Amino acid sequence: MIDRRLLDNFDWGLLLMMVALALIGVMTIYSATRPVLDAAQKSYYMRQLYWIALSLVAFLLLVSLDYKLFIRYAYVIYALGIILLVLVLVIGRKGMGAQRWLNLWIVSFQPSEFFKLLFIVTLSRYLSYNKGRAGLGLKIMIKMVILFLIIPLVLILKQPDLGTALILFFIFIAMILAAGAKRKIILTLLIVSLISLPFAGKYVWSGLKDYQKQRILTFIDPQADPQGVGYHINQSKVSIGSGGFSGKGYLEGTQGPYRFLPENHTDFIFSIFAEEWGFLGSLVLFFMYFFIIWRGFDTAEKARDREGCFLALGITYMFSFYFFVNVGMTLGIMPVVGAPLPLMSYGGTALLSNFLALGILENVRMRRFALYY
Amino acid sequence: MEKRITISLYIVSLFFCIFIFRLFSLQVLKGHEYKKIDELNRIRVVDILAPRGIIYDRHNRALVKNVPSFDITAIKEDVPDDSNKLSSMSKLIGLKTDVLKSRLGGSAASPFENIILKQNVSFKEVAKVEARKADFPGLQVNVVGGREYLYGHSASHLLGYLGSLGHRQSEQLQYKGVPKGSFIGLFGIEKIHDMTLRGLAGKKILEVDALGRIINVVRIQRPVQGQDIQLTIDVELQIEAEKNLSGKAGSIVAMDPETGAILAIASSPTFNPNLFVRGIDTRDWKKLIKDSRKPLLNRAIQSQYAPGSTFKIITAIAALEEGIVDRNTNFYCSGSTMFGRVFKCWKKDGHGSVDIHRAIVESCDVYFYEIGKKLDVDVLADYAFGYGLGRFTGLRLDGEVAGIVPTRRWKQETKGERWYKGETLNTVIGQGYLSVTSLQVATMMSAVVNGGKLYEPYLLTDSGNRVRDDSMRKIRPDHIQLIKDALHGVVEEEKGTGRLAMSELVSIAGKTGTTQVVGGGSEEKDIPEKFRDHAWFVAFAPVDNPKIVVSVFIEHGGHGSSAAAPIARNIIDTFYKGRVKL
Repeated sequence: MIDRRLLDNFDWGLLLMMVALALIGVMTIYSATRPVLDAAQKSYYMRQLYWIALSLVAFLLLVSLDYKLFIRYAYVIYALGIILLVLVLVIGRKGMGAQRWLNLWIVSFQPSEFFKLLFIVTLSRYLSYNKGRAGLGLKIMIKMVILFLIIPLVLILKQPDLGTALILFFIFIAMILAAGAKRKIILTLLIVSLISLPFAGKYVWSGLKDYQKQRILTFIDPQADPQGVGYHINQSKVSIGSGGFSGKGYLEGTQGPYRFLPENHTDFIFSIFAEEWGFLGSLVLFFMYFFIIWRGFDTAEKARDREGCFLALGITYMFSFYFFVNVGMTLGIMPVVGAPLPLMSYGGTALLSNFLALGILENVRMRRFALYY
Repeated sequence: MEKRITISLYIVSLFFCIFIFRLFSLQVLKGHEYKKIDELNRIRVVDILAPRGIIYDRHNRALVKNVPSFDITAIKEDVPDDSNKLSSMSKLIGLKTDVLKSRLGGSAASPFENIILKQNVSFKEVAKVEARKADFPGLQVNVVGGREYLYGHSASHLLGYLGSLGHRQSEQLQYKGVPKGSFIGLFGIEKIHDMTLRGLAGKKILEVDALGRIINVVRIQRPVQGQDIQLTIDVELQIEAEKNLSGKAGSIVAMDPETGAILAIASSPTFNPNLFVRGIDTRDWKKLIKDSRKPLLNRAIQSQYAPGSTFKIITAIAALEEGIVDRNTNFYCSGSTMFGRVFKCWKKDGHGSVDIHRAIVESCDVYFYEIGKKLDVDVLADYAFGYGLGRFTGLRLDGEVAGIVPTRRWKQETKGERWYKGETLNTVIGQGYLSVTSLQVATMMSAVVNGGKLYEPYLLTDSGNRVRDDSMRKIRPDHIQLIKDALHGVVEEEKGTGRLAMSELVSIAGKTGTTQVVGGGSEEKDIPEKFRDHAWFVAFAPVDNPKIVVSVFIEHGGHGSSAAAPIARNIIDTFYKGRVKL
C-alpha cells in the first residue's frame, strides 16, 4: 500500500525530535506535578503518555494518506469546521469564562484546536489555485479576508479564544505574504489597518474579558500587580532565572511543585524545564525546536508542488508562532496569552493537533520526489 | 517563493537569537538574583524563642514560671473574602469585624504571611478556634512564651515585668540577636539581669510551599535556655512584709547585716506583673500610671524621706567619737531649748536630766539639740556618708535615688546660701534637708551593728559580699556597744519609744523615727491622712549577734513607735520562726 520509496524518504529525524520533545514534556509534567505534601502523584503524566501513543497512531495514519486528498476536499472540510465553531457557540460547554468545548459522546474537545489545521489546508488550496502574475489581486484579497478571516475570527472571538484568533490572523498574514501579493495592495492594506486600528482596538478592548485586559496591562507593567496576574510572569522569571547556568537538576525544581508558579504543567512547562536544566538544557531544547522549524521550511522549499509548499509553510509558521509566544511569555518578553508550548505542555487535544500538523509536514516531505509517479 | 521562505527562516533565526540572549540574561547574568528570590519564596526562618531563666528565692522556691501563651493568627490568602464568613469568624475570635478586617488588610503583609489577630488568648478560646479550624482554613493558633509570676503582686517591684521587644529597642546593641516579638525585661530583676535570663533564641529553617505549608525542615538550631537566678530574698519573709504593708503606702527592707544580702524588699502599694506579660492593655496601664498612690514606684529605693529620729544613731556616734559627749554627759530637757529660736522636744513636758542612753531610749530631742549646738554639720555629714547615707548603696536595681546629706558646700551649690547653725539642730534629729531611702537606713543599721563595714546590698546569691567602705571600723567598740545597748533599751526598757517592737521570740533592738509632714501639735487621729507624719522603725535582732536588720517606713503612718515598730517585730518574728523550723 505504501510505496517503498515513500518509506525511504520518511524523515525519521523529524519524528524522532517530535517524540523526544513529547517525552521531555512528560518528564517535566511529572516533575511539575510531583507531590510534596499530597500523598499521591497526580496522573497527569500518565494521561499525557496515553495521548502521545494515540497521537503517534494518528500521525502514522495521516502520513499514509497523500496530502493531495486533503487539498481536494479542503473546502468541504472547511465548511464542516465552520459548522463546528457555530455549534460550540450554541451547545458548547463553558469553562473558565469561555465557551470552547464540545462534548462528543465520551470525549470533549476544542474544535478551534483542529480548526487551525483546516484553516491551513484551505488557505493552501486557495493560494495555490489563485496565483496572479504579480501576486494576489484586490478582488481575491477581499474575498479571502471575508471568507477565511472575518468569519472564523468572529466565531472564535465570540467564545472568546484570543490565542486562537491571534494565531489564525498571524497564519493568514504570513501565508499571504509568502504567496506574494501586489505591492499596492499590501500597502493599501497596511494603511487601512493602521487607520482602522484605533477603532478596531477600541472595539476589541471593550469586547475583551476582564482577565484578558488584565493580562495585557500586566504585560506592559508586570510589577504593577505582583500578587495578581503579574505574579505568573514574575514567578516564571524566578523559576527560569533560579535555574542558573546548569539548572537545579531533574526533580529538584521547587517553583512548580511548591505551587509558587501556577499552571506549571500547562502554559509554564518551559519555566519548570529551565529551572531544572538551566541555561545549557534550555539551549538544547531550543535547538530541538529549531530543528523542527528548520525542517519545516526545508520541506516547503523542496515540496513537489505549490499545495505542499503552502501546507508546509503554514504549519511551520503556526508551530513557530506557538513556540515564540509561549516561551516569550515565560521569559517575560511577550504578553500572557493562553498558548501552550507545542509538544511539551500538558493537554491531549493540543498534543494531538500538533502531531497531526507535523504529520502533514512529514506527509509533504516524504512525497517531495513523487513528481514522476 | 524560495526567497520568501529563506527570509522566514532568517526571521525565525533572529527570534531564536533574541530568546537565547534573554535566556542568558535571566539564567546566567541575573541567575544569582533569581536564586535569592527563589529562596525567599520558599525558605522561612522561624525563631524559636529561648525559655527564660527561672528566678528562685534563697530557699530555691521558684518565683516565676514560664507558661505558654497563645496567639490567634491567620494567613490572609486563605481567609475567605465574603462578608458572611468574615463576620462569623470575627464572632469566633471575639474581634469586631472592622478590627479583623483592618488587621488582615495591613498593607505591608504578604498574602502568605502569618498575621497576628489576637494575642494572649485563653485556653477556652484556643479550644474554640481549634474545634472550628476546618471552617476557617486560614486560622492558626501559635504558641509563644509567656511568664507567670507565681506570687502575684508579691515582690513585683523587685522582680519587675516583661514586655515585647519594640522596634526601637531592637536596634539597640544590647538586644542584638534577640528576635522580634521576644519578651525582654523592662523593669526590676527581669530588666537588670535580662542578659542572663534571656538565653539564646534558636532558629528553625523551613521550606514551605506557596500556601505556607511546611514541606521540609531544613535545619533546627535549638535555643539555649536562659540561666536561672537565685535571689537572696526569702519569699515567706517577703510575703509577711507585704502583708504588713497592705492598705498602706510604705516600704520594708530586711537584710543580713553580716553580708548585705537582702532578705526582703517590699514596697506598697504593689502591682500585678502578670498584667504586663504579653503586653499590658492601655486601660490597665493608664490606671497604674494615674493612680495617685503610685503603685509602680519602688518606695524602698526610689523615694527619699527625712529619716527622723532614726538618724539620731549617727548623731550619737558622731558626738561620742568627736568627744562632744561621753556616757556620763547629762543635759537637762525642759521640753525645749533656745538657739536663735525655740527648738521643741517632741515631749512637751521635757525629759528632765538625760544622759546619752536615755536620750536614745526616749528619743529626747533636746539632748541632740545640745549636741547640734557644738557639732559641725560637715563633721556630722562625714559620719552619715561613712554609714552610706547620701550616696547610692550600689544595689543593682533600677532607679535608686541617693538621698541627701546636707553639708555647707551642698547648701551653697544647691540653694546658693550659706549654712545656718540653726539648721544643724534640725539635721541632728533627722529633719531638715536630710533625706534617705529605707534601703539606706537598713544598710546604715547593718554597718552600725557589724562593726563598721558598709556592705553593698545585693540580691543575687552568687554576687555581693562586697564591703564598699569600712572607714567606720575605726569607731571605738565601747561607743558602738553603748549605742547598741541604748537601741536595745528603746525596745525593752519601760520608757522606750519602741516597746511595741518587743518580741517573745528574740531580743530586738531598734530606733523609732517620725518625720514631720506639717508642723503643728494636733492629736494624730484628728489629722487627715495625707498630712500625718511618716513613721520609721529600724531594728536588728538578736541584740548580741545580729542576724537581721529591718527598716520599716510607713508613709503618713503617724508615729514610728505605733505604726512602724510592731511591723518590724512581725518581720523579725517571721524570720526567727523560719529559722527555728530549719
